[in-house]
Amino acid sequence: MAPSEHELRLRERLSRLRNVPLLGGARLSGELERLQRQLDRIQQEPTSDDIWRSVELARHPERPYTLDYVGALLDDWFELHGDRGDGDDGAMVAGLGKLGDRTVALVGQQKGRDIQERTRRQFGMPYPEGYRKAMRVFEPAGRHGFPVISLVDTPGAYPGVAAEQHGQGGAIATSQLVMARLAVPTVACVIGEGGSGGAIAIALADRVLMQENAIYSVISPEGCAAILWRDAGEAKKAAAAFKPDAAHCLELGVIDGIVPEPAGGAHTDHVEAARLLGDSLREAIEELADVPGDELRRRRRAKFRSLGVYA
Amino acid sequence: MSKIDVSIETDDKPAPPPKHPNTCPECHSHYRDDELERAQWVCAQCGHHFPMRAHARITSLVDEGSFYEESADLHSEDPLGFFDLRPYTERLAEAEMSTGLADAIVIGQGAIEGRGCELAVMDFAFMGGSMGSVVGEKFSRACDSAAERGVPLITVTSSGGARMQEGILSLMQLPKTVCAVEDLHDAGQAMIVVMAHPTTAGVLASFASLGDVLLAEPGALIAFTGPRVVEQTTREKLPEDFGLAEQNLRFGHLDAILERPQIRPTLGRLLRVFG
Repeated sequence: MAPSEHELRLRERLSRLRNVPLLGGARLSGELERLQRQLDRIQQEPTSDDIWRSVELARHPERPYTLDYVGALLDDWFELHGDRGDGDDGAMVAGLGKLGDRTVALVGQQKGRDIQERTRRQFGMPYPEGYRKAMRVFEPAGRHGFPVISLVDTPGAYPGVAAEQHGQGGAIATSQLVMARLAVPTVACVIGEGGSGGAIAIALADRVLMQENAIYSVISPEGCAAILWRDAGEAKKAAAAFKPDAAHCLELGVIDGIVPEPAGGAHTDHVEAARLLGDSLREAIEELADVPGDELRRRRRAKFRSLGVYA
Repeated sequence: MSKIDVSIETDDKPAPPPKHPNTCPECHSHYRDDELERAQWVCAQCGHHFPMRAHARITSLVDEGSFYEESADLHSEDPLGFFDLRPYTERLAEAEMSTGLADAIVIGQGAIEGRGCELAVMDFAFMGGSMGSVVGEKFSRACDSAAERGVPLITVTSSGGARMQEGILSLMQLPKTVCAVEDLHDAGQAMIVVMAHPTTAGVLASFASLGDVLLAEPGALIAFTGPRVVEQTTREKLPEDFGLAEQNLRFGHLDAILERPQIRPTLGRLLRVFG
């Protein structure tokens, strides 16, 4: 069977990754040895233990959340509340601020630190109101030419009665459609859990990044294990099978780059984690800043439309 | 010590034998294949809509002899070397054998009441209508074909969601199909969606929700998260018609619920409206 165009592209990308010592144009930021470490990790096939370690680190309770990065990276941050319809979803934060001298719009899921905040923010699982809040912030960002940053950190969209009645599926679909249409640079980064539809709703971006220990997947390891192994306890096996780690996502062409974390994981040093994320975000926006809006839309759609492996 | 625990006896009862696919799950009427086929797989007694295979669906919708299938030979690959209790490749081969299809969607050109259209029709019998790379690619090609020929796209959905065995690439079929719909929009063409039972998860959260007109069959489950998972995770008490087409209509997520025989004339009317 002849290799598909996508497969050829993947192989070409892999050989590039494996041979170039400094990842040309470096979508990975940081110093030389960090890049080298990154490269070594990409070159090695992650083991099932490595993958499970990512799952645990991605969910670590001390891991920086969206608002931690907002605090560290954006000046003049002004949070916007409410979806202008039914309510204000605490699981999704949105607002405007300055990244360096550039005004950006930022949206992202927010988990909570303590039990009260977690309850208020539904553990980072948005209702349709959350996605509508994101959409109504995308709209003025597009109008004013503000680049859009999405920070993805959710176990998934909220699975509840009211969420369904308020149109969860439609909200996730429409949010992606609005992102596909935006004529401003968009950068998404998975900073913890990139859980399925709840994540992709705000991740249809020109550049999609993942932090080194983030995970991005179609279903949670527990959910996959419960369905395919009929035992949620087999989560580790499931994770090893569907490979939600950053290195595999890069290899499959699903993401454009990996953002390094401090040794031991982002939770060990919030300041350094924010600095590294900020470097990557600024770099990605710089690369896109001079591309005309129509061209951004065209390239973005072409990129997502090329994803998949078939023959 | 001699106490008998009745609950154990109850638990040990053998499960009822699986229902014959031609037996109505609502009223238990039983039909021959040709009876069901003539009735478009609708129960003559109670109106229950049996699942309908993709080619039968297309035949029931289009003008006779007008359908020309596209990309029929597109096959899934196994990008992850996925292995759960069985290898993905084995599941694919088995589904192909039992359904005669290469994957869970059939696309092609057709005409309804004399007006040209493109069709993309899902088949739940192929791995639960799950969306992997092939479903995403074929749906996208259907959008392109509609755009190139300047005709509307009719999409019939029936899917349990994304195909887990393709991992993150199956999730990427959501943005992929959304981008294809946006390309169709740019070409000025309409999409009309008919949601059959069930239209859930990844398919509902992408192209299925993006039609200019959203129709559904009676009793179809239309939910991002199905009732079992909602009940298990939130322990909420579910309303009786939770997630069904009827609830979705009441909450404003659908334009109409149509009995199966009404679908073709309605699509004919909508093709004239958008024409």
